[in-house]
Amino acid sequence: MSVPMDIDRTFRERAAAEGILDVAYDLTDSPVGELLLAATERGMCRISFDPEPERAIEELAKTHGVRVLRSSGALQQPRRQLDEYFGGSRRDFDLRVDLAALPSFQQAVLAELQRVPYGATDTYGGLAARIGRPRAARAVGGALNRNPVPIVVPCHRVVGSSGSLVGYAGGLERKERLLALEGALLG
Amino acid sequence: MEAVAIPPFESFYAETRDEIWRYLVRLLGRESAEDAFQETFLRALRGYPKLAHARHLRAWAFTIATRVAVDERRRRAPAGTVPELAVEDALPAYAELDHLAGELPATERAAVVLRYGYDLPYADIAAALGSSEAAARQAASSGVRRLRRRTA
Repeated sequence: MSVPMDIDRTFRERAAAEGILDVAYDLTDSPVGELLLAATERGMCRISFDPEPERAIEELAKTHGVRVLRSSGALQQPRRQLDEYFGGSRRDFDLRVDLAALPSFQQAVLAELQRVPYGATDTYGGLAARIGRPRAARAVGGALNRNPVPIVVPCHRVVGSSGSLVGYAGGLERKERLLALEGALLG
Repeated sequence: MEAVAIPPFESFYAETRDEIWRYLVRLLGRESAEDAFQETFLRALRGYPKLAHARHLRAWAFTIATRVAVDERRRRAPAGTVPELAVEDALPAYAELDHLAGELPATERAAVVLRYGYDLPYADIAAALGSSEAAARQAASSGVRRLRRRTA
């Protein structure tokens, strides 16, 4: 006899509502494949493409604390906003992100990145210059590659100076798809 | 001994929830088990970051569940009467013991089931009952004596 689903769900929702989780996570479908979404009390801390939940929750526990629990209610807002984004009715995410666990250089890169608007692109060199490190384009690439919250923190909007897509941790196909969705695909 | 890393709560919960649910249903009946289940895992979640290691995690979950069940029984039956047990079909061995122990006072019953059904050490049983180790040992042995008298 397994615990009934409604009782299991009630526990997961109550745990999130009482604010005693380090991380709540959930899985959701999207046009770019299944996504794992995770949030701390401070905001979204992870969006994973092609998630392997067991490994992902181990990593979340190491970074944010062991009280990691799947709880769909806690991720309702992000899930809805992502649906709207993929449906074309949302251009900006109204979500907090929790990047506090990242090195300060990466935090600076990702903070600057969030100013690149929907439908626009920037270059690695441009981003490096804007954070006052004009020669750090390669390091900027590395910081973007390890962006824990892709899509919401839009690292897909950063391309090479020649306009080539260069790279994307979720695969170039996804990068292309996101840019096409935003109408930013360079001819 | 090498420290055992504490797994993410999700893994611990996924591994223990079904047997804790069955245990609570047996101790309290289906209806009261619902609240007791929530309470057990909320308490576990609150205490989880304070665990020093991951040994005996399963026993730890049972001690919390037992404490919740004992509280619930005390609340329901303040005069010391123990309510009728809900008995499920096809029970494993420890559940038969649980059934036998059904008419014991709540504390003795919990001590007997945890000691002889789940093989928990007295230190854990004491923690579950909120008593000393000596009192846990005492509760288990007087429970067993009572059972022997009854089945003799």
